[in-house]
Amino acid sequence: MEDTLLTDWSRAQFALTALYHWLFVPLTLGLSFIIAIMETIYVKTGNVVWKEITKFWMTLFAINFAIGLATGIIMEFEFGTNWSNYSWIVGDIFGAPLAIEGLMAFFMESTFFAVMFFGWDKVSKRMHLLSTWLVAIGSNLSALWILIANGWMQHPVGMEFNPDTARFEMSNFWDVLFNSTGYSKFLHTIGSGYVMGSLFVVGISAWYLLKNKDVIKAKKSIVVGATFGLITSIFLIMTGDESAHEVALHQPTKLAAMEGLYDGHKRAGIVAVGQLNSEKKIGDDKEEFTWSFEIPYALSFLGYHNTDAFVLGMNDMVYGNKEKDIESAKSQIEKGKIAISALKSYKEAKKSGDAVKATDSLKVFREHEKYFGYGYLKDEKDIVPPVALTFYSFHLMVGLGSWFFMLFFLILYFAMVNKLDSKKMLLRAALWSIPLGYLAGELGWIVAEVGRQPWAIEGMLPVGMATSQVSTTAVQTTFWLFAILFTALLIAEIRIMTKQIKIGMEGH
Amino acid sequence: MTAMQMILSKIMKNNIKIVKKIFQFYQEGFQNMRLGKTLWGIIAIKFVFFFVIMKMFFFPNFLEENFSNDQQRAEHVLKNLTLEKGK
Repeated sequence: MEDTLLTDWSRAQFALTALYHWLFVPLTLGLSFIIAIMETIYVKTGNVVWKEITKFWMTLFAINFAIGLATGIIMEFEFGTNWSNYSWIVGDIFGAPLAIEGLMAFFMESTFFAVMFFGWDKVSKRMHLLSTWLVAIGSNLSALWILIANGWMQHPVGMEFNPDTARFEMSNFWDVLFNSTGYSKFLHTIGSGYVMGSLFVVGISAWYLLKNKDVIKAKKSIVVGATFGLITSIFLIMTGDESAHEVALHQPTKLAAMEGLYDGHKRAGIVAVGQLNSEKKIGDDKEEFTWSFEIPYALSFLGYHNTDAFVLGMNDMVYGNKEKDIESAKSQIEKGKIAISALKSYKEAKKSGDAVKATDSLKVFREHEKYFGYGYLKDEKDIVPPVALTFYSFHLMVGLGSWFFMLFFLILYFAMVNKLDSKKMLLRAALWSIPLGYLAGELGWIVAEVGRQPWAIEGMLPVGMATSQVSTTAVQTTFWLFAILFTALLIAEIRIMTKQIKIGMEGH
Repeated sequence: MTAMQMILSKIMKNNIKIVKKIFQFYQEGFQNMRLGKTLWGIIAIKFVFFFVIMKMFFFPNFLEENFSNDQQRAEHVLKNLTLEKGK
């Protein structure tokens, strides 16, 4: 039997490290481009105020980069120790993108990072500017490889399972590289990083304006931040739409959970705000919401770019829908069990040298291979992710994203009409939107990862089968060690950054 | 000294100059750091904690530690996948 306690602790540990890691990454992604834009203005205009502004934000960028550096490596440790089955099974697929990511991060970021920080007045202005842009591009390209790997887990393509090595082997590198899910995730993720970077610049600049300190530099920074934020918010909305479309095509159960949709129907609306009925269960007749406000047709349009489209509900996925050619989870579980049994039979036949039996077993396995992962599920309802967590995370993320768009618009408008100084409430709201930006980013990952439960690899490998047989106590111990370590790093980041901000924008 | 040796010697001298320049660039950069020193300190502590303490004592590679070759590792994972190992 699967050790659910071990699985849950391994899952919690991975979630903890991933969530903490994501506190550092988005600022690197977004702030690097904002700094590059500021330095471009400096090089174009020759105005030294822009050089000082660039240097100030570069200092904050360096603090975040240094404290966040290598926090992601912990997840690689966890793969080897807690998730050895998973690591072995996907090793052939993940090897290439992660190796490219490592090399790219090392060579691009470390080389040009040094020029960016040590190179002022030592290399030409244009060479320095080029380095700053390359740091930004390099950081973002690193994210590409990671998200290609993540996208593959959400929508596995370009591979074939080898029953002799127990590995998914890459059959087409280009399919893996150009996996549409990977790209939509990449674009939406870097978009969220850009918005986070903008919120950071706008929020900190707002604080300076509230304190009447470094006013000119703060105003210049806030205009760049809000402009970049407004443009990238639109980009974020567009990539979010594409992400939802990908989810509708490849992970319909996740989309149904994101919207609390139990029974699928045509012309489905989106619940803009609402409260899920906590007593509602899969297959019963109770109402889905205690109250809700719905935007008609929006879910059909979001999912399939067609207001008339049928959107599958969780009940359709669990019990099947003949009209829409959806097979029930029960039937898929039975076929999955046949695949597992055929794999076992193949293995035994190979061992005993029975070539005929091996060939027959392999044929049966191949016929049922696409249901393989379902064979490990105990109950048909296990295919449904935690609905409340997915639903509320998604809606809160969208709500916050809408607020950020509005915030950037208002800040930019009042900056243009030169009335920003008097809008104290708005400036305070901008400052308090910094933690909200982090929250929105984390919620996005909760939607992506909790929403795809129970799968480690969609349809192929449930999380419970991905773990190693290690002691639960060891996982619990390291969970708390990480919780303490990452909290200490976070406190260090906030303290060092706050100190630098209080010093002011000069002398960096 | 032949012409080829002279060319090689010139290339070597130029390369040494470039390496020296790069070295000086980093040396001066590190020497002039203020906040950077604190940040490097944090990075160093973090690396020791991650790669020495955590990796060595808490995060051994399960399959590397328990099996000596890929065939055994594949066999182990297959046993798990075919539900022969109590999964």
